[in-house]
Amino acid sequence: MNPNLVAFRALVYRDVATFLRDRRALAVSLLTPIAIAAFFGFVFGGSGDRDTGIAKMPVGIVDLDRSAMSAALVADLAKDAALEVEVVTEPVARDKVKAGKLRAALVLPAGFGAGASRALFGVTDKPDLQLLYDPSQSLVKPVLEGLVTQHVMQNVTRDLFSAGGSTAVTDDMLARLRTADGIAPDTRSDLISLLQSARRVQSRPPPPGGAQGTGGLTVPFTLKSESVTSGPHYNAYAHSFAGMSVQFILFMGIDAGVGLLLMRELGVWRRLRAAPVSRAVLLGSRIVGTATIAMLILAFVYLVAMTVFSVRISGSVAGFAAVAVAFALLAATTGLMIAALGRSVPATRGLSVLVVLMLVMLGGAWVPTFVFPEWLQHVSAFAPTRWAVDGLDAMTWRGLPASAAVKPVALLLLWSAGFLAIALWRFDWDSD
Amino acid sequence: MELVAEHLGKRFGTVEALADVSFGAAAGEVLGLLGPNGAGKSTAVGIIAGLVRPDRGSVRIGGDAIGTDAAPAKRRIGLVPQEIALFDELPARMNLRFFGALYGLSGRVLAARVAEALDLVQLSERAGDLPREFSGGMRRRLNIAAALLHQPRLLLLDEPTVGVDPQSRNAIFGTIQALADAGRTVLYTTHYMEEVERLCRRVVVIDHGRVLADDTLEGLMARAPTASRLILSLDASPGPAALAELAALPGVTGTEAVGGELVVLAGDLGAATPRVLECLAARGIRCQALHSRRPNLEDAFLALTGRTLRDA
Repeated sequence: MNPNLVAFRALVYRDVATFLRDRRALAVSLLTPIAIAAFFGFVFGGSGDRDTGIAKMPVGIVDLDRSAMSAALVADLAKDAALEVEVVTEPVARDKVKAGKLRAALVLPAGFGAGASRALFGVTDKPDLQLLYDPSQSLVKPVLEGLVTQHVMQNVTRDLFSAGGSTAVTDDMLARLRTADGIAPDTRSDLISLLQSARRVQSRPPPPGGAQGTGGLTVPFTLKSESVTSGPHYNAYAHSFAGMSVQFILFMGIDAGVGLLLMRELGVWRRLRAAPVSRAVLLGSRIVGTATIAMLILAFVYLVAMTVFSVRISGSVAGFAAVAVAFALLAATTGLMIAALGRSVPATRGLSVLVVLMLVMLGGAWVPTFVFPEWLQHVSAFAPTRWAVDGLDAMTWRGLPASAAVKPVALLLLWSAGFLAIALWRFDWDSD
Repeated sequence: MELVAEHLGKRFGTVEALADVSFGAAAGEVLGLLGPNGAGKSTAVGIIAGLVRPDRGSVRIGGDAIGTDAAPAKRRIGLVPQEIALFDELPARMNLRFFGALYGLSGRVLAARVAEALDLVQLSERAGDLPREFSGGMRRRLNIAAALLHQPRLLLLDEPTVGVDPQSRNAIFGTIQALADAGRTVLYTTHYMEEVERLCRRVVVIDHGRVLADDTLEGLMARAPTASRLILSLDASPGPAALAELAALPGVTGTEAVGGELVVLAGDLGAATPRVLECLAARGIRCQALHSRRPNLEDAFLALTGRTLRDA
């Protein structure tokens, strides 16, 4: 066999054998990504095989109105699947929101029911509803505003258009409508006619059994949601396993780079260079060795992901393999660049861990990039980790064809070539 | 000559590591390379091993120049670095297999060479153990074995006995002598004069990037001061007058009070010693102990460089 090939094979074998023999490093590289990915996957919705249920938002309601309308509103909000309603006094509401025990509290002021009904056609001032909310729960505010609007409109109009409704409020609205300024005569006439019709309905006796005549104005549609992926269903584990694999394989790449620095410190590099092997063999074998380890890690992590967490390569298997190879090369060239730029082992390890953590967070390994602000999403496009995660996502839960892997693979290879160029440019061959 | 280094020059920035260094070594010769720290030894060894590209000069091993990284002439060199350059995570045998494969060895040849090298350094019974479980001496021996697998014609040994117990040091000496007897050329760098005196027939002394001496051991010793030393422990310190009187005795070439000892230099110790003792007794100073030392390589090195190796 060609002596260069023998040396190349020995160098690659040593890298892989050393990695496999170091039990502690092996456990960190294989089990840690699985543990963290399992945690994140569970938190973000699990495998999708089970109904995890949506956590209800605990909200407080302070009913200072104590009218039939406000009671009906509280009852309706309590029935809402998204809310867990607690009726409290205002001081208690403030304390509980402040302590984070309630996400928000709604204060119904005295006279709210009558005021809301009168303000329906805009002829009187609207009553003020007060919403106390926890600023750390910014998503709760718009959700609660939407739900309150829906239930208030429904209750106000239900009272107006139902037999046995409150005629006193209607009479008051009619009186105000007749004297209100700024309403065109035709419009005033039509609105009076509408309210008179409604009053006649209200004047009728309520149906037996206390059933309401109408349900009031409701949202005129039913929203049916459907998750759309090319795969069978969304599996939150698929994304978290992609992210954690990327992170820990990059950490392994750092270790490979630091290992080369360590070889210099221990004099082993001097011995390797004394052998009749070219620079291409020395660095090429390092790339192949590290990339092989990266693919072993990826294979093991995805094996567990598939067998235990129901992750599936729903897209192209060839595309998945191409992304894996491209990312493995990226990890290897990252290590080589670190070895070329690093000066001492401790400083290099600390700095490169920081850089990798930033890269993986920017690349969406921890949380998907679509939750980032728009400007950060643009920035993340320059992080190679983004394309590794996107590529793995595309071939797993998104279930896309091999063509969807072309762009991530091309960009990963481009980054790898860049890192390799820097490594070759900065690598100090003459020092030990 | 198996090794020929001619007019080697190397500058690192403003520092001239080697100005003009030439020497050679014949097949089967153990050549000592001596010099203080910063003298240029490591640079010279680096150039010979093909690790450092010289600014000037050339190195030939068996007639072939050391050139590129993959130069075939590098197969004729075995480098034993000063550091224990081994992989602690791999057993001794796997370490040797790896370093053998770097030189293109494989299959049965590699297995045989590994067994042979382990046997030579007396580590066959520990072949399956990790180097980190070895004593310092065993690690040193394995470090040497890793350079022998491809049967190099030239062995570069850089301080191979640092931190080694006397027993292991003797084993290493035995190995080196056996290699030289088998026709290998050995370039031996060390701080220990007694090792050079024991192993080397010829010594090259370099300092400030230049060769100060390239001679046989006997030739170098001839450059040392001729006087032997008589070292006496006394019950009282001799005053200046006593020292002057001692220095004036026939055969005595110098006196020196060092610490609590008196050092007397004399060409013929047999004749000078009774006179020195009589002179001291006449002044009421009693000798409690004495020993003598003949001129050695350390004295020659001091005479050549103005420094002792251990200071350096």
